[in-house]
Amino acid sequence: MEALDMNRLKKGEVDLGTSIMAVAYDKGVIIGADSRTTMGSYIANRVTDKLTHLSDRIYCCRSGSAADTQALADIVTYYLSLYSVNMDQQPDVKTAANLFQDLVYQNKDRLSAGIIVAGWDKKNGGKVFNIPLGGGIFEQPWAIGGSGSTYIYGYCDATWKEGWGKEQTLEFVKNALSLAMRRDGSSGGTIRMADITEDGIERHFIPGDQLPELAGKIV
Amino acid sequence: MTSVAPQKSKSGFDFSNYSRNHFLDGKGLGGFTATSTGTTIVGLIYKDGIVLGADTRATEGPIVADKNCEKIHYISDNIRCCGAGTAADTEFVTALISSNMQLHALHTGRKPRVVTAMTMLKQRLFQYQGHIGAALVLGGYDATGPQLFTVAPHGSTDKLPYVTMGSGSLAAMAVFESGWHKDMEQKEAVDLVVAAISSGIFNDLGSGSNVDVCIIKKDSTEMLRNYVMPNERAKKEQKYGFAKGTTRFTKEHIYSMIQKEDVFEVGSTAPTPAPLPAAAAGAGGEETMDTS
Repeated sequence: MEALDMNRLKKGEVDLGTSIMAVAYDKGVIIGADSRTTMGSYIANRVTDKLTHLSDRIYCCRSGSAADTQALADIVTYYLSLYSVNMDQQPDVKTAANLFQDLVYQNKDRLSAGIIVAGWDKKNGGKVFNIPLGGGIFEQPWAIGGSGSTYIYGYCDATWKEGWGKEQTLEFVKNALSLAMRRDGSSGGTIRMADITEDGIERHFIPGDQLPELAGKIV
Repeated sequence: MTSVAPQKSKSGFDFSNYSRNHFLDGKGLGGFTATSTGTTIVGLIYKDGIVLGADTRATEGPIVADKNCEKIHYISDNIRCCGAGTAADTEFVTALISSNMQLHALHTGRKPRVVTAMTMLKQRLFQYQGHIGAALVLGGYDATGPQLFTVAPHGSTDKLPYVTMGSGSLAAMAVFESGWHKDMEQKEAVDLVVAAISSGIFNDLGSGSNVDVCIIKKDSTEMLRNYVMPNERAKKEQKYGFAKGTTRFTKEHIYSMIQKEDVFEVGSTAPTPAPLPAAAAGAGGEETMDTS
């Protein structure tokens, strides 16, 4: 092909203008996301599942271009399944996160993908890794991402406390996401959550007409 | 560093015109547009399987290029794919994946699965970063039951019980959102698909003509070409020609434009022409060719 480098940047068409979140707690980790996928001003999918399976106990929350994040998740899933066969053990969460980080960093000029990797492994328990646009990697007790996250940094900072149990953490994720979905136009629909522990994955679904009424709840 | 001379690729797509157009566009000299088919394509899951639907209009800008084209493409016996977007791309990408699916089925000795076709399609479309302008609705019935997906040009996929694509997708989705429910009967499902496509045909400028429907069940696939034809050209009720003598004229002259010519096969013996008087041959404008 005639190589004419004219600084072109292909924009992802299907966008996950998103609110995503992951919070670690004593027994494991809770992940959550809204369910809106947009193409410009059109909602291409109102019940999207942005909580994507990577291995038995590792999931990721996807934000950014739908095509890019799906392709990345497929590649990482492939590497992890290969790993579990070769090593005869389940991969650590940080292994999955590092695979993502490497792909995002090496292809930073071509990708628009903000990913939160979360899961449980025998060695380290519940873990959360945030991998933002440039391909950095940050281990955090909780992480938020996507366009809707900007609205809830203050809420999360003020509300989260260490040592919470499962029910408290689920409530926190549910409230934070519904606040983000109310303010962010490209987030919305329903809330999907998953509880990842040693015992397995427990899925939670909150329909769009049953989002918590936060106005009366928050002091 | 030494600069490497740009080389012409021997295979695959050539995107150099894209770079040129993008460059010219930046200088305000653009105005190039890709030929794409404004389309309405849909699919839904019902009690016994999948129903796919498509309109039959193909456009080139404001011109209707084909009034009755086929947008439901064959992937395998139990899988079909509706295509919207750049007509050539939908045609070739589905043909290629159809071929690869047959090889895959021969290799594994199993009936092909819809996810396999979906994965092949998304990986190819992602590889070409949206330059293959194909927006697809993929449906079929395999070992795991009825399966329905959409594949967007950049390679993202969605799995839903009812889907629409193309420029008429909004009109069609409005029909699905109000009419779809779980475990529909076949007649009900086909009627809803026809209603969705009709909504695209009548409300979207890019869609038109007829409704194609495809019903895929556990062990049968029914392609109903032109299932509904709501836009048949009506017979003219009157003749619009003018009666002879409507236009008056002042002069009449009739020319003879006939030129007579005798042709003989080369090598064959020409019949001996009857000797003509020299005056008659000149006046009639006739010539006798001697090819012997």
